[in-house]
Amino acid sequence: MSDGHPNGDGASEPRPRRRTTGAFGAPARPANWRELREAARRRLPAPLLGKILYLERLTVSFDGFKALNGLTMYVDPGELRCVIGPNGAGKTTMMDVITGKTRPDEGSAWFGARVNLLELTEPEIARAGIGRKFQRPTVFEHLTVFENLELAMAEDKRFWKALAARISAADRERIDEVLETIGLTEERRSDGRILSHGQKQWLEIGMLLMQQPELLLVDEPVAGMTPQETERTAELLLSLAGKHSVVVVEHDMEFVRSIATTVTVLHEGSVLAEGSMDAVQNDPRVIEVYLGA
Amino acid sequence: MTRTDRVFLGMLLAVVVVVPLLNLAVSPASPAHLSTYTVTLIGKYLCYAMLALAVDLVWGYGGILSLGHAAFFSLGGYAMGMYLMRQIGPRGVYGHPVLPDFMVFLSFKELPWFWLGFDRFPFALVMIGLAPGTLAFVFAWLAFRSRVTGVYLSIITQALTYALMLAFFRNDMGFGGNNGFTDFKDLLGFDLQEDGTRVALIVATILALAMSFCACRLIVSSRAGRVLRAIRDAESRTRFLGYSVESYKLWVFVFSAVMAGVAGALYVPQVGIINPSEFSPINSIEVVIWVAVGGRGTLYGAAVGAILVNYAKTFLTGALPEVWLYALGIMFVLVTLFLPRGLMGLVPAAARAK
Repeated sequence: MSDGHPNGDGASEPRPRRRTTGAFGAPARPANWRELREAARRRLPAPLLGKILYLERLTVSFDGFKALNGLTMYVDPGELRCVIGPNGAGKTTMMDVITGKTRPDEGSAWFGARVNLLELTEPEIARAGIGRKFQRPTVFEHLTVFENLELAMAEDKRFWKALAARISAADRERIDEVLETIGLTEERRSDGRILSHGQKQWLEIGMLLMQQPELLLVDEPVAGMTPQETERTAELLLSLAGKHSVVVVEHDMEFVRSIATTVTVLHEGSVLAEGSMDAVQNDPRVIEVYLGA
Repeated sequence: MTRTDRVFLGMLLAVVVVVPLLNLAVSPASPAHLSTYTVTLIGKYLCYAMLALAVDLVWGYGGILSLGHAAFFSLGGYAMGMYLMRQIGPRGVYGHPVLPDFMVFLSFKELPWFWLGFDRFPFALVMIGLAPGTLAFVFAWLAFRSRVTGVYLSIITQALTYALMLAFFRNDMGFGGNNGFTDFKDLLGFDLQEDGTRVALIVATILALAMSFCACRLIVSSRAGRVLRAIRDAESRTRFLGYSVESYKLWVFVFSAVMAGVAGALYVPQVGIINPSEFSPINSIEVVIWVAVGGRGTLYGAAVGAILVNYAKTFLTGALPEVWLYALGIMFVLVTLFLPRGLMGLVPAAARAK
């Protein structure tokens, strides 16, 4: 699943085998990874080459309470990263900063090497290629499932363009494809409001797929899902990794274990530990604050 | 275009044929004759219907509860009124060749600069759209950019129309103060007291209403219209999909204001007067009640609501004047409680039952 994402330190890698292209099981680099890395090389210090997301020393305070406290985290292109942490650890605030909803007091947030997230508005960030799925599913209640997906589609989103926009055959095909993926083909003409909680979760994921973002932020995707649905979500997220970078915030440890290679543990607004699920679960500090006695 | 849309446009077509016929072709002695008074009354209702349509576009589809749309209506009306005043020329009571009566009375020495050009109809026509449109643009740009929404936005729209009312009440503003404009003589050379002119005005009103209706329908059934409904239901979610919510709301608000302005411009020559009380906050609130009674978010519901409520108003203020405001309030409460989708909420259900 997570095979072959560039980890950015190719320069220090002497093995000629690394250059092999088209080797078995190494197809997962994003199409523009060269570009991303080139841009990064020009602008950033060597240790940071080729990440898709750079969060550095982010601090956000609400009336003195530090929701984020010097949070630093990097995400590789094509990576599937899970972020866990107790309530109030700053997971949602972190997502808010990345998507432009909250401005940090300090620190920096870059999307790739070119996009300074702190200078953009929410719609600009979305158009730059960051999609977000909210914790509480928010679909458009009075639009049909089809229309929900249509609006999420990655196209020109300015008013005058939307006024004249037509759904092309290719658009329709793409929407049908996503409807198939999220299992809502039957409900395509139903209003968003009559969907079950699980279906709304799926529709939101479908909307993310339509957006075709480079980076997906997914807040508690399996909350309120049945075990079967959870399993399908895991499969879907795994299939997305590689083509897209995915950051998942989740409480369900079993789910996290089933999808994640790298887990970041947040605590009181900063990173407590980062590593494989096993390493993190055995970390005494993590056990103390989160996984509990 | 749905079946109900076609029914609505068909009804407008029927009015545009039947009203001139019954007024001009049927002899006044016949019981089928429609008096010019009634024609004008219907014309007035249709102007209100157009105003309601404008409010439904922003409220029913965009979720922007404007309690200040009568301001745009009145501005359009004042622009038309200025043209009509200039048309009077030397036929005023004081017989001044250029200055309207009220200016002579208030001892204006010359025409204020903003009255220049209003002697030409094309200029007035442009101002009818431009004045409310510009105000709406500036207002909406400031309000939406600061993300003022919900009840706060409604309150500032009330403040907007109230401020304009106070300004227009002032004599030295150059808009006739308290009395506004009246005693109009003719429009494009046609005598406003003539039956033919009255009929032409109602025909123009119906055409404007039908065209606005079609334009609104085009907007709300385009992708932009779906984005608008998305904004109404979940504004911040729409932002995260990459839509600049502010610009969508801004353009729709401006369009709606221009529509309200045109409605006001058609209203003034038919009722024969425009004064600052048209700006009064209660007027804008009444429009919202028409839309709610008819059924918001349907377009035709707004128009039907405006006509029905105003018919009830004409009837009740004639028969039992002291009852009207209570009736209006009770109607609003009942509709909100029992018909959340307005009278139009009944239509599809009834059609299905048959």
